[in-house]
Amino acid sequence: MCGPFWRTGRTSLPTQTNKKLGLVIDLDTCVGCNACVTACKGWNTENYGAPLADVDAYGEAPVGSFLNRIHSYEVQPDQGVAQLIHFPKSCLHCEDAPCVTVCPTGASYKRVEAGIVLVNETDCIGCGLCAWACPYGAREMDAGEKVMKKCTRCVERIYNENLPEEDREPACVRTCPTGARHFGDLSDPDSAVSQLVADRGGIDLMPEQETKPVNQYLPPRPKDTATDVLAPLLDITGEEPKGFLGWLDKTLKKLG
Amino acid sequence: MHPAPSLIAFTTLSGLGFGLMAWLGIDATPPTFWVAFWFYALAFGLAGAGLLASTLHLGHPERALKAFTQWRSSWLSREAWLAVIALAVNGIYAALLVFTGTHVALLGWLGAAIAGVTVFATSMIYGQLKTVPRWNDWTTPMLFVAFAVTGGALLSGHVRVGGVLLLILGALQLFAWARGDTRLSGSGTTMATATGLGTIGAVRAFEPPHTGSNYLLHEMVHVVARKHAQKLRMIAFGLFAVVPWVLFVVLPFSHLLAAVAILSHLAGTLIARWLFFAEAEHVVGLYYGKR
Repeated sequence: MCGPFWRTGRTSLPTQTNKKLGLVIDLDTCVGCNACVTACKGWNTENYGAPLADVDAYGEAPVGSFLNRIHSYEVQPDQGVAQLIHFPKSCLHCEDAPCVTVCPTGASYKRVEAGIVLVNETDCIGCGLCAWACPYGAREMDAGEKVMKKCTRCVERIYNENLPEEDREPACVRTCPTGARHFGDLSDPDSAVSQLVADRGGIDLMPEQETKPVNQYLPPRPKDTATDVLAPLLDITGEEPKGFLGWLDKTLKKLG
Repeated sequence: MHPAPSLIAFTTLSGLGFGLMAWLGIDATPPTFWVAFWFYALAFGLAGAGLLASTLHLGHPERALKAFTQWRSSWLSREAWLAVIALAVNGIYAALLVFTGTHVALLGWLGAAIAGVTVFATSMIYGQLKTVPRWNDWTTPMLFVAFAVTGGALLSGHVRVGGVLLLILGALQLFAWARGDTRLSGSGTTMATATGLGTIGAVRAFEPPHTGSNYLLHEMVHVVARKHAQKLRMIAFGLFAVVPWVLFVVLPFSHLLAAVAILSHLAGTLIARWLFFAEAEHVVGLYYGKR
């Protein structure tokens, strides 16, 4: 790292990363099944850093850390029916990560390698300032270990040559049953994920916060107009049905 | 934001202690020997108590020394350095006054300047956060410094200038409250930009990702206190500004009244600082449909 001395601390952001490994999350395809949440919790409890706490898991006030959570939103367009959209949210590994620069100890850092934002837990004093600096709620203080937990992009999976090649991607991506999560290099305009973002008009979350998130979200596609073949049979003010439906209408009337 | 008692004590007491140090530092005829001892015992007691309280907020206070490493980029780290330097410089200045009666004016001015910059650095821990629009404003450092300077003036017995400072502080706090109420809506961050779904239609939070509470809600979506915010503002304003002003400026000076005025100012400052945290809205609340 080079530059003026006041920009060369460990929590200063790298001027450039060699790749931007990120997720592309398809809000059109996600069904909100929480498989990615479970896979993430499972993998990250057994791997990088301290296990993810589950305090009072069967008691009155259970609380635990998760690196990935799924919100659900109702969106009502000006015309037409409301849509229900499931919205997975985890660390977006921002280029201008505000969580990194506020860290007083150097525990939070952004790797030049692939731009992954990590927490060195043995340096973390648990002050919580990084979680305050993150607009997305991607960091959670672990209730058990009192250190900050966040998505590691499954850094110990994606480079792990002991795993079969198809498993060298984040646990959430590997497990998603609907293919709503895509993983790749977003700095390469020819990569599959970059192409997907270009085709579907991928967006940044909270662009006005100027964090330059690496992860991209694909907005839901417009819905088809509803087709319901049996609806005319229930429409008491409708016209008399013709053809097959007309025959069915008459037959049903005879029954009643 | 969650109004953690440790952070309220940290910002209030350290601000008051450094404010007192600054006033003692620029005093042309400072107290010496025992009088100086008691003044500086109070200043260092307040600043020290505040700084110790801040470590109670940490998950791993035993690693607190690591917080001195990232002064290049982190305001929290800069605050740690400046606090230690302010204590050291003012400590030498105070030791000379207390033990030898020697007044080194230049050292006093240097100590006062560093104490002021320390309070500024404390305020920037909060003022730098773009995620909390109410804090991310020039009024935050102004208020922290104004509280420290005013409280320091009252504690060091600068009654006349203290009266003027109380008026300025009161006006600034009223302005900051009114301005703060518009900061979130003025920030441009909404549920529509948070989810990116605003282009389709009106967004409503349908179901949160967890049935219970979690760290994010506890720490950053503190909505309980806001219903009495206006009343609490008036109580705080009365205690930190009106009561001390009446006792110091309107009524004839007595040490008893001065003590009551200072305690009232401290109580009002604590409530105002509690509101500073409790009223601040973090944009992550928008993901939960809350503010």
